[in-house]
Amino acid sequence: MSSEFFIPDPEGRIPSAEGYFGAFGGKFIPEALVAAVDEVAVEYEKAKADPAFAAELNGLLADYTGRPSPLTEVGRFAERAGGARVFLKREDLNHTGSHKINNVLGQALLTRRMGKTRVIAETGAGQHGVATATACALFGLECTIYMGEIDTQRQALNVARMRMLGAEVVPVTSGSRTLKDAINEAFRDWVANVDRTHYLFGTVAGPHPFPAMVRDFHRVIGVEARRQILERAGRLPDAAVACVGGGSNAIGLFHAFIPDADVRLVGCEPAGHGIASGEHAATLSAGEPGILHGSRSYVLQDEEGQITEPYSISAGLDYPGIGPEHAYLKDSGRGEYRAVTDDDAMEALLLLSRTEGIIPAIESAHALAGALEVGRELGEDGLIVVNLSGRGDKDMDTAARYFGLYEGEGTK
Amino acid sequence: MSGNSQLLSDTLAAAKAQDRGALIAYLPAGFPTVDGGIAAVKAVFEGGADIVEVGLPHSDPVLDGPVIQTADDIALRGGVKIADVLRTVREAYEATGRPVLVMTYWNPVDRYGVERFTAELAEAGGAGCILPDLPVQESALWREHAGRHGLATVFVVAPSSRDERLAKITAAGSGFVYAASLMGVTGTRTSVGLEARTLVERTRTTTELPVCVGLGVSTAEHAAEVAGFADGVIVGSAFVKRMLDAPDEAAGLVAVRELAGELAEGVRKR
Repeated sequence: MSSEFFIPDPEGRIPSAEGYFGAFGGKFIPEALVAAVDEVAVEYEKAKADPAFAAELNGLLADYTGRPSPLTEVGRFAERAGGARVFLKREDLNHTGSHKINNVLGQALLTRRMGKTRVIAETGAGQHGVATATACALFGLECTIYMGEIDTQRQALNVARMRMLGAEVVPVTSGSRTLKDAINEAFRDWVANVDRTHYLFGTVAGPHPFPAMVRDFHRVIGVEARRQILERAGRLPDAAVACVGGGSNAIGLFHAFIPDADVRLVGCEPAGHGIASGEHAATLSAGEPGILHGSRSYVLQDEEGQITEPYSISAGLDYPGIGPEHAYLKDSGRGEYRAVTDDDAMEALLLLSRTEGIIPAIESAHALAGALEVGRELGEDGLIVVNLSGRGDKDMDTAARYFGLYEGEGTK
Repeated sequence: MSGNSQLLSDTLAAAKAQDRGALIAYLPAGFPTVDGGIAAVKAVFEGGADIVEVGLPHSDPVLDGPVIQTADDIALRGGVKIADVLRTVREAYEATGRPVLVMTYWNPVDRYGVERFTAELAEAGGAGCILPDLPVQESALWREHAGRHGLATVFVVAPSSRDERLAKITAAGSGFVYAASLMGVTGTRTSVGLEARTLVERTRTTTELPVCVGLGVSTAEHAAEVAGFADGVIVGSAFVKRMLDAPDEAAGLVAVRELAGELAEGVRKR
């Protein structure tokens, strides 16, 4: 078994030196952050070339995170997927319960290399916040997490976890009080405290080099999954399926499969109450190109460039932007993106729980719902790998209310 | 019609000839209402501002502190549109004959269309634009259109800007250079740091453009201090705060006119 888990893109063709994936990406940041963002880019290039960095990160990913994560075939669940075989890439079994730790450990090492002592991060569902608080505890870094006030309520368990780990959690009360606003507030903090602070960005959006760097830290997901499915099924899958909010777990799964032209790359966006309702966060399905949080990509916005407030039952997908590499994959036709409603995601969450004894995060349940659709399209010969990006413990309150599981309520 | 970039340069040169700093005020369009915002811009001109930056409110003002965030929020809830921003520029310019710039984030301009925006801003009598999240290396298309329409492009420099980057930025900019006095978002501060003076000195080694200082300046004492080493003093949040704290719009207009008067005295005490 390989013990190499830090596997940056060996091609290195995209993004361009300016951080562009085709027409998307770039670096739209205030002058006050230019030096800091450039420092991250330079330090990351140095780290990539430094065997000691890879060795330390590989060690952490093996002994602390628990990589490689297993690939689990879910036969009873797949009965509802048109008879296709379905395998789950179990990022939910990583330490802290999601894929987020892959990126966080890499950037925490980078923080130390840059000599910075304080880390800030945004979080939606709390998974990136918990992973960041965890790494800061491990490395002895000061940690502040920005989280939309609505999300602190619907993901209260993760707020408690972050505080348990010693992080300061700041509820953000501006705008839609969700992930977008948490990122705004983190940027404001960064501008003011950039000397000693690293912004440990949690997804494949933001200014260059974050989209490429965060992708590289998650690339291990697809590299492992590709090797595992070849061992288990004897062939490449027909489709790799993942949920898409900012897009980190999806790019992590997709990236190693991009050269495999016959593998469909299917991203599942949150359709909320349905795209027609206007209450959704399906950025690639319903957005237009624009600039948000430092890069050009698809954005949910009105005709005058004001960002529209997104909605999803899933705090981690409730975001009006998307990583620029996904915009590039969509426009080039290599990636396909479909929208999954709250109700379809919650049904898939219940189905996986009842058929396989695995309770997924609501985010990941969007991918499961998408996989059921793709499986029915593929039929009996189909073979699908789904990224189970996180576990559902944090979502029990939302799920219990949705399904009526608390005492005195009937099951919905 | 061509924009008023020359008027902006002439105004800054006139202040310099009078051996004083220029006073540059910032107010968001549409706050507290579109007409109230226009009245506020006129009031700060009456009070003694030389130049006004009209903010085009954005849903995600990442570089603004709580005061301007609140004003932007009020303006957007009131339904302010780019047409209203342009009307604010037009009425303020026509009433005073003084230079009016627009300050905003890049996405609204990108979405509206660079050619359409620059043409309409010039037609309204605007003097230029400040786009703090459009870095110089992404600005070529903007500058081409702005230049063609006679609009200045004011870039921001920060204490963290390295020397070679300062040179690149000031070479691309026009009108004046906006020197951020500190590392942070907009908002009033109790003092203006030494960083500002150092940054102005470093910036001057790269350009003949006037260098004006903003961020954190709120009192006549600050204004006098900054005017001692900079060509202009930029004040935003302090004006907005006066409007927010006033019991009604009329009182707010009196308050911002007064503040402009105090600051105008300050920039003459260098």
